[in-house]
Amino acid sequence: MYDTPKSGVDVDAREVKISARGVQVFYGDTHAIKDVDVEIQDKMVTAFIGPSGCGKSTFLRCLNRMNDTIDICRVEGNINLDGENIYDAKVDPVQLRAKVGMVFQKPNPFPKSIYDNIAYGPRIHGLAKNKADLDEIVEKSLRRGAIWDEVKDRLHAPGTGLSGGQQQRLCIARAVATEPEVLLMDEPCSALDPIATAQVEELIDELRGNYSVVIVTHSMQQAARVSQKTAFFHLGNLVEFGETGQIFTNPEDPRTESYITGRIG
Amino acid sequence: MTDATAPMGADVPKKARKSSLYGTDDRTKKRNAAEKRFQMYGIAAIGIGIFFLVILLVSIVRSGVPAFTQTFIEVPVYLNEEVLDPNGNRDPDDLRRVSTFGYAPLIDQAIFNQVQQTEGLTTTLEDASDMRKMVSASAPAILRDYVLANPDEIGETVDFRILAASRVDGYMKDRVTRESVARDKNIDAAHLDLVDQLVEAGTIKREFNWDFITGADASENRPEQAGIGVAMIGSFFMMLVVLVLSLPIGVAASIYLEEFAPKNRFTDLIEVNISNLAAVPSIVFGILGLAVFIQFAHLPQSAPLVGGLVLTLMTLPTIIISTRASLKAVPPSIRDAALGVGASKMQAVFHHVLPLAAPGILTGTIIGLAQALGETAPLLLIGMVGYIATNYPEGIASGFLDPNSSMPAQIYEWSKRADPAYYERAWGGIIILLLFLMTMNIIAIILRRRFERRW
Repeated sequence: MYDTPKSGVDVDAREVKISARGVQVFYGDTHAIKDVDVEIQDKMVTAFIGPSGCGKSTFLRCLNRMNDTIDICRVEGNINLDGENIYDAKVDPVQLRAKVGMVFQKPNPFPKSIYDNIAYGPRIHGLAKNKADLDEIVEKSLRRGAIWDEVKDRLHAPGTGLSGGQQQRLCIARAVATEPEVLLMDEPCSALDPIATAQVEELIDELRGNYSVVIVTHSMQQAARVSQKTAFFHLGNLVEFGETGQIFTNPEDPRTESYITGRIG
Repeated sequence: MTDATAPMGADVPKKARKSSLYGTDDRTKKRNAAEKRFQMYGIAAIGIGIFFLVILLVSIVRSGVPAFTQTFIEVPVYLNEEVLDPNGNRDPDDLRRVSTFGYAPLIDQAIFNQVQQTEGLTTTLEDASDMRKMVSASAPAILRDYVLANPDEIGETVDFRILAASRVDGYMKDRVTRESVARDKNIDAAHLDLVDQLVEAGTIKREFNWDFITGADASENRPEQAGIGVAMIGSFFMMLVVLVLSLPIGVAASIYLEEFAPKNRFTDLIEVNISNLAAVPSIVFGILGLAVFIQFAHLPQSAPLVGGLVLTLMTLPTIIISTRASLKAVPPSIRDAALGVGASKMQAVFHHVLPLAAPGILTGTIIGLAQALGETAPLLLIGMVGYIATNYPEGIASGFLDPNSSMPAQIYEWSKRADPAYYERAWGGIIILLLFLMTMNIIAIILRRRFERRW
């Protein structure tokens, strides 16, 4: 029932984009992530799976320091992006987030026009020199988000007026507009119907050509369909991390096997 | 309670199966009755509220509307050159030397002439000076101002609208009756007879009283001249101070507290204190203002600037609380979205959160301003009441710094005065104040409706 990993991808030959070593996350007194080591490779989709509350979203949010916005959250350990520790005191999280884009669980377009939704990131980062540049970026991003054809005639209509699936693709287009190197997706399809989900999954597969994509998902089928590598989290521990095909067909850890066969979770 | 004591066992489901859906059982009846009772309480409560609101509005309108009309005596006045300009050179300094006492006999004579010329008029008043009691004490001053402004009309006969005395005005509005006049030395029954006949002749008229809306306060015994205009200007300058200070300070404070400040004991303490300040009686702010702004900082007493500062202190907690509430109501996903594309915290707040919170902030600010506009107690303590606001401020600086009053303080002041004519003015002032407050609230509602965005 599970697809094999996409053919032609030599999983181990890709260079490491993000490398996490001994990551611990605490929410106040709660130890949410326990000593996680993981390596995320470039131009590949890495899926995080696991039961609710296992820490996969928390870990994802560590990768672009979105957890900084939560007062009681404390992160220990090393997370390196291209060899640079993103938790170094010299790192400005704002710059980091321009390199590591994020798509959220619930589609959250700004209550502005479709054009302004996409143009916002490039504007604040000064990526466009003039209006024509910006128009080009908007078009390119919407094309990458696989939504250009649907919205090209109403770029100045509000982004919140789109359907759920369109909104999520708009958010993906918004995330790629700032030319990130890594794209983090936190259950991007959980609020979408199966057709919209299929469209977004197709899009994720295309995005793999340019970005390192990390996706958190509740759906094991989805992880199997879109990812090349899968990490299984359980109770804050990284239980198993390996090629998707191997995780789903021949897991090493009994907990992984229990989860993917539906016995725990 | 009764659930627990109900018999448990095999027979219960059996019994339940027997009951028909067409009949209501006792428990359902009780529940329905309770619901109906609750609705009745609610309707009764709303009914009582509406009843008193209607009584309030009707009594305000009934008592206040007469203040918007005023009785005038329209007669041609001969501006006697021998009295007003004995030297005949129209020198402004010479003209100014003639006091209002010089003008009063001209008015008396003018009315007396009119009385004598009117056909079929009978009166026991046989002297020009008897007319004095029908005329406002302010009338000579008004005539004098007119002559000083138009000196070339001296020697001519000018049609003039003379302000009637408050007793005459009261008689026209049924406030003064013949019984009450019997014990009143300000006017006699003979005057009232004359008034009746002059009304018929069209000499005495009741007209819309613009001076009440635009004019200044008058002294204790000339209610017919008193207006709320200057107090309105005082209120306007105070509201300017309140708006200019409390909006930026309040919004900046709430943005910092809501979006940037760390959550710790110190910020908790600040939060609790802001909530408490919103509940502090306004007179306490008045004492604070007196101590800090007047006694310590030596700012001018009774000035709209000081009043505005005190009201700012009072309005700030309201604005901060409503601003924080509307910031809180912006969904966190918008902040995440902005931070996710690499906006700094400040960019996220100013580009996305603040525009979404703006209608709420504006509504809170307008309601805070409306509250401040209607506030009287703190102004009593900084001396913005009791002062007779007789002059318009000369320019903007004077508007802020010269003694003035405010609308509610003026109403309070009028309500204290003995003459029943002032009672009517107080109600009239309340109508104007309520119109302002209603306008502000309607603006707040419109803003909320117009700019409310859905996401």
